[in-house]
Amino acid sequence: MNDTFDLRIGESHIEVHKFRGGTILFVTLAALIVQAFVPVYFPKVGILDLPLLITIYFGLSRRNPSTGLLLGTAIGLLQDSLSKTPLGLFGISKTLIGYAASSIGGKLDTEHPAARFALTATFFALHHGIVVLIQRLLLAHAEPWFTTRLAIAALVNSLVAVVLYFFLDRLRRS
Amino acid sequence: MVAIASRHRSLVLLAIVVVVQVMALAIQIQHTGTEGDNRSLMRSWSIGLISPFERAGAWGVGKVRGTWRHYFALSDAAHENERLKQENDALKLEITQLRGKASEADRLSRLLNFRESQAKVPMIGARVIAASPDANSAVIYIDRGSRDGIRKNMGVITADGVVGKVIESFSNTAQVLLLTDRESGVGAMIEESRIQSPVRGLGEPLISMSYVSNDDEVKVGEHVVTSGTDRIFPRDLPVGTIVDVKQGPPPFKYIRLRPSAQLEKLEEVIVLLTMDPLALKKPAESSEAAAPSSPASTDAPAKPAAGKRTQEPAARTAEKPQ
Repeated sequence: MNDTFDLRIGESHIEVHKFRGGTILFVTLAALIVQAFVPVYFPKVGILDLPLLITIYFGLSRRNPSTGLLLGTAIGLLQDSLSKTPLGLFGISKTLIGYAASSIGGKLDTEHPAARFALTATFFALHHGIVVLIQRLLLAHAEPWFTTRLAIAALVNSLVAVVLYFFLDRLRRS
Repeated sequence: MVAIASRHRSLVLLAIVVVVQVMALAIQIQHTGTEGDNRSLMRSWSIGLISPFERAGAWGVGKVRGTWRHYFALSDAAHENERLKQENDALKLEITQLRGKASEADRLSRLLNFRESQAKVPMIGARVIAASPDANSAVIYIDRGSRDGIRKNMGVITADGVVGKVIESFSNTAQVLLLTDRESGVGAMIEESRIQSPVRGLGEPLISMSYVSNDDEVKVGEHVVTSGTDRIFPRDLPVGTIVDVKQGPPPFKYIRLRPSAQLEKLEEVIVLLTMDPLALKKPAESSEAAAPSSPASTDAPAKPAAGKRTQEPAARTAEKPQ
């Protein structure tokens, strides 16, 4: 018997995954450091949003909306702190993504790579939409809703997410 | 009411967290407007937490790269040696030619006292240790901070040209806003025609020169240099090269520049360690040094100088790009 337990919603069979101690903290910090450090040497890596991918992954895995939104808040605020954006821009957007991911994770089986790809692309676009909405409403920055770069970034992030999630799955308690 | 709240506990928590952050965001916006120097404690803590890893990473990469270059990547050393000898001969010839040009440039730059004003500017080298984790902001972190004398609003350059300015200085780290960020700007002028206009970032690799009149003649390939009007950068540092010019909506042209500095691949930069207006010569003094020239931009406050021309026939022919 391990620390995972099952939820049954209708006929679906949903597992709540737990991780080894300190995994979430370590992975979150690593994502933020890599996100800040690697683009200095490989600028194209800047297209990745690792903190968002981590938020989505732990949201989908833990399947607890409260945990998901609080983790999203922490990651978003840390990302804000390391950027020049006002504290709260990414905090709010990642809070909502964390909540949405963990809510959906509790209703769907999100272990299949295709499902993960589609969900990450959707959440990436949603995250961008929330950021643009906040920038337009609160910061008076007329950011574009859609750009070609966004579409490419969503695609790239979703592909990376499938691989990244595969490795993160190894950190689950078995 | 309590029953509803407990039934939808996560939704209530979500609402509370979002509302708190929205309020915090609103407070910050207000503070930024009135007290530009305020910095949140959380931002300082986060920088303090993350920057040691970034510094260690930059140090580690430097060591590994150095070890690889000096001890392992020597297989082509003999061929490279031959090639370098040939290149050395070619460079010697080039140096002879350049010496002639340099002496001319020296003489002409002395006329404008440019060299002296540059020599007075204290500078410090710094290594880039991180970029912004937010793809929308063009920000880098360097491994020097207030302990090294770095303060907010100091200019940052490379040998190629202007990089940006310091927007936050922590004890061992500083945050630099790159020229390409949409909130960035620098007082500039077209090198050949001396037409002045601020250059601004657009949040993309190219930057914009915004206030050049449609009546002015501007060509693709012309170089843009700092004008010194922003009191951050000395005059005549390369800013960029014009890559696109169109007639814009009246009264200003649509001009796009490619930055001179390689902003997408910065590893080392130079910080200009002064916040005082640079010791630029006043028009009267300049005219003593360079007979009929009159650098109108020197001590003017930084503001959009729409289509403003500084007609300096002698200076224009005298000054050379760095």
